[in-house]
Amino acid sequence: MAELIAISPCNGLLPLTVGAVTLTEVMPERVMSVAPFDGREKAVSTALKEQCGVSLPARNRRNKAAQWFGHGVWLVYADVDLGVMAAVTDQTDAWAVVAVAGDGAVDVLARLVPIDLRLVHFKSGHTARTMLGHMSVAISRTGDDTFEIMAMRSMAGTLVHELETAARGVAAR
Amino acid sequence: MRLHKPDNSVTFTFDGRPIKGVPGEPVAAALLANGIKLVARSFKYHRPRGIMSAGSEEQNALVTVGRGAQTEPNVRATTLDVAEGLEVFSQNAWPSLRYDMMAVNDLISPFLGAGFYYKTFMWPKSFWEKLYEPAIRRAAGLGGLSGQTNEDRYEKAFAFCDVLVIGAGPAGLMAALTAGRAGADVILADEDTAPGGRLLREVEEVDGTPGADWAAQAASELAAMDNVRIMTRTTVTGAYDQGTYGALEQIAGPRAADKPLACFWRIVAQKAILCAGALERPIAFPNNDRPGIMMASAVRAYVNRWGVVPGKRVTVFGNNDDAHRTARDLAAAGIRIAALIDSRDDAQVGADYPVYTGAQVIGTKGRHALESITISHGGGTRKILTDCLAMSGGWNPTVHLTCHMNGRPTWRDDIASFVPTPDAIPGMVTAGACNGTFSTAGCLKEGAEVAADVAKGLGLKPKMTVPHADDSAYAISPLWAVPGKGRKWIDFQNDVHVKDIALAAQESFRSVEHMKRYTTQGMAPDQGKSSNVVALAVLADATGRGIPETGTTTFRPPFVPVPIAVMGAGSQGKGFAPERLTTSHHASTAQGAPMIEAGLWYRPSYFPLPGETHWRQSCDREVGYVRDAVGVCDVSTLGKIDIQGPDAAALLDFVYANTFSTLNVGKVRYGLMLREDGQVMDDGTTARLGEQHFVMTTTTAAAGLVMRHLEFVLQVLRPDLDTHVISATEQWAQFAVAGPKSRDLLNTVLDQRLDDADWPFMACGQISIGRARGRLFRISFSGEHAYEVAVPSRYGESLFRLLTAQAQTMGGGPYGMEALNVLRIEKGFITHAEIHGRTTAFDIGMDRMVSRKKDCMGQAAAARPGLVDDAREQLVGLKAITPTDTLLAGAHLFAQSARAIRTNSEGYMTSVCYSPTLDGHIGLGFLKHGRARHGEVVRMVDHLRNVETLAKVCDPVFFDPTGGRARG
Repeated sequence: MAELIAISPCNGLLPLTVGAVTLTEVMPERVMSVAPFDGREKAVSTALKEQCGVSLPARNRRNKAAQWFGHGVWLVYADVDLGVMAAVTDQTDAWAVVAVAGDGAVDVLARLVPIDLRLVHFKSGHTARTMLGHMSVAISRTGDDTFEIMAMRSMAGTLVHELETAARGVAAR
Repeated sequence: MRLHKPDNSVTFTFDGRPIKGVPGEPVAAALLANGIKLVARSFKYHRPRGIMSAGSEEQNALVTVGRGAQTEPNVRATTLDVAEGLEVFSQNAWPSLRYDMMAVNDLISPFLGAGFYYKTFMWPKSFWEKLYEPAIRRAAGLGGLSGQTNEDRYEKAFAFCDVLVIGAGPAGLMAALTAGRAGADVILADEDTAPGGRLLREVEEVDGTPGADWAAQAASELAAMDNVRIMTRTTVTGAYDQGTYGALEQIAGPRAADKPLACFWRIVAQKAILCAGALERPIAFPNNDRPGIMMASAVRAYVNRWGVVPGKRVTVFGNNDDAHRTARDLAAAGIRIAALIDSRDDAQVGADYPVYTGAQVIGTKGRHALESITISHGGGTRKILTDCLAMSGGWNPTVHLTCHMNGRPTWRDDIASFVPTPDAIPGMVTAGACNGTFSTAGCLKEGAEVAADVAKGLGLKPKMTVPHADDSAYAISPLWAVPGKGRKWIDFQNDVHVKDIALAAQESFRSVEHMKRYTTQGMAPDQGKSSNVVALAVLADATGRGIPETGTTTFRPPFVPVPIAVMGAGSQGKGFAPERLTTSHHASTAQGAPMIEAGLWYRPSYFPLPGETHWRQSCDREVGYVRDAVGVCDVSTLGKIDIQGPDAAALLDFVYANTFSTLNVGKVRYGLMLREDGQVMDDGTTARLGEQHFVMTTTTAAAGLVMRHLEFVLQVLRPDLDTHVISATEQWAQFAVAGPKSRDLLNTVLDQRLDDADWPFMACGQISIGRARGRLFRISFSGEHAYEVAVPSRYGESLFRLLTAQAQTMGGGPYGMEALNVLRIEKGFITHAEIHGRTTAFDIGMDRMVSRKKDCMGQAAAARPGLVDDAREQLVGLKAITPTDTLLAGAHLFAQSARAIRTNSEGYMTSVCYSPTLDGHIGLGFLKHGRARHGEVVRMVDHLRNVETLAKVCDPVFFDPTGGRARG
């Protein structure tokens, strides 16, 4: 019987350290998109609380089990049984996830991301769908100097290239 | 000459000549210190020109920096730091700056006034574009580009703050201190290398310490605040909607790998405080452009800030008290003042150098450098020997940014200048000299007050402490142009003088905007920073109107020139567009497959084998794999949309022309999607995985478009449908396995065993390969017995390698886009070459797919008579009569007897290929009445490539018309 080898989106590209910034690949076990059907958002939130210990996060927020991902859509980091309450689609392999960490992380992202990432406005646990260069991404703050960026898997190379180029520019100053 | 011997120096070159400069000073200062007066030739008349100012407003001293690909033209020597090894070149002169042949233009200048070109080069008309304009452009000019690709790095960035303070002079520093101390998030931007503004250039005290020291203290206090960011060498170039400002940062220090030369910032600020200061304006007197004639404030800036002496016998000419400071400061530094000339009769000066009040400069002499001036005084004239004339026509507040959103400034008679009109930019307030407040004390106070108001508005509690400083009044009596003969320059950078403006008025270009375009005044790289107000004052005089009635031209961003390179930063090379790579990308390139772009995706064209020298050899072979054995192709780039919900089937019935609610679970159906206007939008297959669960495929090209369309339908047209759609394109790696041996191949790979009973044509279901859980669809884009197998993307590369290896053992292998295209043309399957946005279901012969039993998108519009007319161009197949003749996509079709002219065109080719299966050139195209013309011979004519081929019209399905191979 054949057995296939799993390869991660950023295989061969990461980890990478440029100046004070480190880029590493994050590989979540499971990423399921959850879009509750009409009038079922509360019920979905309750089910999530029972199964994962946390409710659906608010708009532009993320918690340990789920992340807001747009109008009426969340990503849940576990297999959840929601019956017919929600459209659930496996997205585990659809996204390249890169952690950007270090002193200059904010400066690097300021070269690429058009939103206000100042700590007072974009705190740990905040998330946004926005642009990074020409790519649409989801970006979350995981700590004072750490972020997680999700880009389409096929664009992993471009994501790393953009981050690396920006980081080199910042480091060269 | 320098006032003091410098401690250290660097050496750069100017036109190859080594020059010593002092670190921290601009190239202009070093040139002056070395007695170099002639630094440039003017734009049109090639007149000798010298350094005029000490800032970004410089009109004359434009130079080229660097060599080869790193050449940067039109750099202002006044804002360029000296650096070891820097190569600086003068521009617009040949063969040399001193002996410039094009200076002949100056001799014939009486014939070259404003409007000359329009009047002279009218005839013959065709000569303008081909001869006159190129010749004129060569003669008149600035620096040139190298024509080579510049690999220098530039950068773009975003910044956010509560308060953006623009300008770090006394007003800006106080504004930043006040807002910063109150706790606001502040960005302080200034185009100079250090904060301080004129405090760095004047001899005066703030709170009992020299102004420059006070500025340094203020800057270090600001630098210590976490909530304040000081951005030096950063010019705010434009004000835009919603508190967005553009800013150009020149990055200090020598070139280094990865280091950007400049960064273009987009700063979003809740509030902005404009403290941009003021720019001194020249006086238009005869021959006021000789090297050595400078702005009065610049002359004392070179002395006070950099210890550089611009001349040995300095004269000062002004119409205001401020000019006197130049004479005072220079005299105090021990420099000889040959004369202070004040146009005002009542000017009060107590000094031990000659002072002429009620006097004017009426002439100057000196070819390559100023030698003397002539003044009119007390009814007579007097010649004064001088090598540097410092002039001041007063100060223009820098109102530019306040006018960037169509605001107009307000005229103030008392200072003979325009000042900002309040609230011209939402969220922006002004303080200091840019507001018409010219005393240092006034600037400090206003900066603090305005910032305190802003801070209160942000809910903070600011405290105000204003330091003591000079509070002397600014007295001015307007003097724009001195009467008399000779050219009196106004716009030095574009060589416009008083007479040009008078001529414009005389020829009825009386509106300031018309005068500007007629004379080109204000259209040079400096955009008339120094010349605009003088020019419109002269125009006002010529037209008998007041200055406020004459008005200003429109101020537009950017305030200083912004290199295109920095605007396009990050978009060169790989930064131009994201690359989307399939999971099989590396495995394909490892086999030497050339990639072609499909949107952002990269897909293999073909997979060459050793010995193959032409793509057609590979392509023909790969077609053979699929027709005779088995081929493998990555089709992951097709859009995959997961559709779930109680109304999923209803959504599909609405967006597809045909019906999907009747599709059984475990089955796939081909679907045709129409736009609202009835034209075909896209096609693809949709599989029913469950009662309420479908997965739709789209073409690669239209994946984003279809996703957007579905979102639009759900949000706007059918919000009643309880259904969700989400892209799953990236989740799945999907491979076509096509050919008579496809099932045999899959049976060696899948855990399940496939047979016809369980897996008939158009079946779908779950499969597994070891731990990988996947999906299988029995569909065919080649007309062969074929499948598409999908696994989570992580397994994509591994599965591709496994499938191709297995295929190779069975006489097959991977195939690329070229073979895929041939296979589908042989079968008459359409792509976006056919459904290009102007074809209907009727045109492609699928109008019977448009269901009449249900409503669907595009149904009504597609039924319009004009869209179902037999005379429309209809999809047909075309075969070259002579097998060796080629068919070309884009060529037009004509009746065999008709002339090949546009009005006789009866259609066109959309897709062509050489079919190894049929051994001949075949193609798809659209032909009027096409379906009724099968069997007819038509002319295919390509006028662009000069190819003509006779082709026979036939059914678009060339191969296996009954479809038995796909079902078998």
